[in-house]
Amino acid sequence: METFEPEIVAFCCHYCAYTAADMAGSKRISYPSNVKIIRVPCTGKVDAIHLMKALEIGADGVYVAGCLAGDCHFKNGNVRAEARVNRVKKMLTELGWEPERVAMVKLSAGMGEQFAETARKFTETIRKLGPGPGKRTGIDDRAAS
Amino acid sequence: MITAEQKPMQEIIQYIAPYSKILLVGCNECVTVCAAGGRKEVGLLASALHLNHLKQGKTIDIKEITLERQCDPEYVEELAPYIDGVDAVVSMACGCGVQTVAGRYKKSPVFPAVNTRFMGASLGQGVWAERCKGCGDCVLGITGGICPVARCSKHLFNGPCGGTSNGQCEIGPETDCAWRLIWERLKELGMEDRYEDLMNAKDWRPGGAAGPGKIIREDLA
Repeated sequence: METFEPEIVAFCCHYCAYTAADMAGSKRISYPSNVKIIRVPCTGKVDAIHLMKALEIGADGVYVAGCLAGDCHFKNGNVRAEARVNRVKKMLTELGWEPERVAMVKLSAGMGEQFAETARKFTETIRKLGPGPGKRTGIDDRAAS
Repeated sequence: MITAEQKPMQEIIQYIAPYSKILLVGCNECVTVCAAGGRKEVGLLASALHLNHLKQGKTIDIKEITLERQCDPEYVEELAPYIDGVDAVVSMACGCGVQTVAGRYKKSPVFPAVNTRFMGASLGQGVWAERCKGCGDCVLGITGGICPVARCSKHLFNGPCGGTSNGQCEIGPETDCAWRLIWERLKELGMEDRYEDLMNAKDWRPGGAAGPGKIIREDLA
């Protein structure tokens, strides 16, 4: 377990969190390379199936990073995303998995430090939880297909 | 449309516990619109079942397919190439779809993954409300387009009961009194006199009281 390096997928909104990640880079603030960023036009585009499939095929944790409350470029995409994250948390609990493996965070485009801090904290949370569903067994075939 | 909600996860898991190859079948009609059993929900349930098995250190083979309509034999026939290769079928359609699949593939156990709820209309994103009971003798033409069968908790036909309070039903403040709605609508239409017309005792036979309903159209059959 000491050598476990979590793989984390972060769905980041183009208008805020993705730009915040950029900001972190510009300011030379490092954050764990465990976090793989997927840019989305709005977190409202992220569906429950994206979070579940990510966990199923090998991610140890997944988070959605959207705009601050009231700041969504498309009015309420971040609100919808949060509702979906909560739904997946509930499903994971029903299935006996840790709901902490998925999370919703809200950032503005200027919050480079907070982006890095979020990445660090989430990575530590997942590191403590251990390998995710897709790492347990028999996943390689599905991940490759 | 017919509305449905997904069953509790543990109930579905118990149904499929003895099997390792599952055919998970969605429907592109009503259950897609009410987000209970369309292609997206099929993918989500399949993913959840995979995660459940991974938790137990096992794997499960799930074939996902979503039919155009699960209540029509022509579309259900599309499952034929897959049925022999699976141990069980899980249907995400309404009860009509589940029974059509079960009737066609008699050797395969077929389990429902949703609870069929009611015939309803959408009130907004993610909200559906019951609007029709399928009573077989529509009275909407004389009640201002508001159904006392589906929307009055007691299915009353000649005005509200004594339980109406401030225009709401006695079962709860979130339920409108159907007869208050009917009266307001008739007033808007200038048809208040309709309210005084007595309706006869309802014949419930066309709505199921005379056994399972069936329609035979001679010109089509």
